[in-house]
Amino acid sequence: MKSVQARKLKEWVIEKSILLSGIFSVVFVLLIFLFLLREGFSLFRGESVIDFLFGKSWYPISDPPRFGILPLILGSLLVTLGAAAISVPIGIAAALFIAEIAPLRLREALKAGIELLAAIPSVVIGFIGMITLGPWIKNLFNIPTGLTALTGSVTLAFMAMPTIVSIAEDAITAVPRQYREAAIAMGATQWQTTWRIVARAARPGMLAAVMLGIGRVIGETMAVMMVTGNAAVIPTGFLQPVRTLTATIAAEMGESVQGGPHYAALFAIGIVLFIITFLINGVADLFLHRSRR
Amino acid sequence: MDPRRSQKIAFAVLLLATLLVVLPVVVILAIIVAKGASAISWDFLFSMPREGMSAGGILPAILGTLYLVLGAVIFAVPLGVMAAIYLVEYSSDNRMSRLVKLAIVNLAGVPSVVYGLFGLGIFVTFFGFGASILSGSLTLGIMILPVIITSSREALESVPKHFRTVSLSLGASRWQTIRHSVLPHALPGILTGMILGLGRAAGETAPILFTVAAFYLPRLPQSVFDQSMALPYHLYVISTQVPGIAENVRYGTALVLLTLVLLLNLAAIVLRSRFRRKKKW
Repeated sequence: MKSVQARKLKEWVIEKSILLSGIFSVVFVLLIFLFLLREGFSLFRGESVIDFLFGKSWYPISDPPRFGILPLILGSLLVTLGAAAISVPIGIAAALFIAEIAPLRLREALKAGIELLAAIPSVVIGFIGMITLGPWIKNLFNIPTGLTALTGSVTLAFMAMPTIVSIAEDAITAVPRQYREAAIAMGATQWQTTWRIVARAARPGMLAAVMLGIGRVIGETMAVMMVTGNAAVIPTGFLQPVRTLTATIAAEMGESVQGGPHYAALFAIGIVLFIITFLINGVADLFLHRSRR
Repeated sequence: MDPRRSQKIAFAVLLLATLLVVLPVVVILAIIVAKGASAISWDFLFSMPREGMSAGGILPAILGTLYLVLGAVIFAVPLGVMAAIYLVEYSSDNRMSRLVKLAIVNLAGVPSVVYGLFGLGIFVTFFGFGASILSGSLTLGIMILPVIITSSREALESVPKHFRTVSLSLGASRWQTIRHSVLPHALPGILTGMILGLGRAAGETAPILFTVAAFYLPRLPQSVFDQSMALPYHLYVISTQVPGIAENVRYGTALVLLTLVLLLNLAAIVLRSRFRRKKKW
């Protein structure tokens, strides 16, 4: 009988640790937020939240330092808008092609290709963007440097596309077969069915795909740091160097003094990024659930 | 317009868009192989960097990345698989499991540089591990957790319900059922998730910037509390921070990193498609 008890004890331990592991994901999200607050909060003893978010100058090492992140927010926004303008139409079109038009074999191959694109490390994409796209844009527009917001947008568009394509493709595939059959039976062409029926039914899922793609672009760090030229000024156009929120953290953390105001300001930027991506992903998840139903 | 003609035009546009998405993979690969292959040699892969990284090899960066990735997987796989078992086998669709799922979605969306900040705050500073392989591995481990949980969940969910009911009806306990009737069939899927996690961890730079990465450290790490070089950070350093590095050394480093990451992902894709084809239920 003893072995039965031992087995029960063992199973009790295992089941409790499984439950605990489930809860860990929630704990990690809370811990991330907590530690960002812990290190970043001290900034707001000497600086108001409004000055931080809407201050027009970011001079972290001048005396006195200025910690206004508006130029960085606008930099991120500009690069993201550009990337979305390129990647959303192309990504949705590719998803429609893969899900509705490509024959099975080609479809599998294309999906594998897109998965590989998603897997390329961002530092490699940044490296290629810096060395090939940068000089090309410099010559094309005849500007002093090729490392601009536009270069960042094009580079990031390629990083957003795998996300957009694969999630949109899932949403399109999930549209019930009867919709297509009904449309074809009424004499619609395949394209009319795809565009007017299937694409419309998959709309919530496609919206989620776009949001997740944008979330990826806002959070992207290495590639954007390597190709946008890193000038922390309020941008006025696409053909200028800009500096994003993420790149600022990555580029300046090494030179900040631990516990100092600059250090705290970089963590405070982390808080801003965390909140932005939390909102984007939460809303995208809502759309995904709606599209599944 | 004639609907058949507009269909032709539309399909051509969609095909073009698809090519625009897929071709860059081919172009990037071609450029890096063409310009980097000449740098690859025994000496480049297996010797220490010399003269401020402008000569010698990249062994410490390769080994550093291997250590980091192994550490991340050792930490994340048990935790991730157990979390997936919780979601699929134990939780009913209640508020708790909704919360866990939402947390996983958000973990997947947290920017990589924010993981870096978190690792700096908790492992490097709060726990006092310093900038070390341990801090970097733990940071990367938390970052790949969503990848592992998601694939393991899919793998567990693909095991048919009746495998469980049969086992339970024979008097097996819940855990015995999971251990002997569910997990063995989900194993290939879990393995796929693990390999994808490996690939993701190997390529990330931002999370290791402040938690482990050394700019130039021409010796091998002795313990998990040592700093280390790492391939992605090394590529960043030699392509933006240090002038005068030969072009083929940069491309060669990119080639090594890309080969490592793509091979891992290719392995995962092949494993998954085999697994799907083999399933008979």
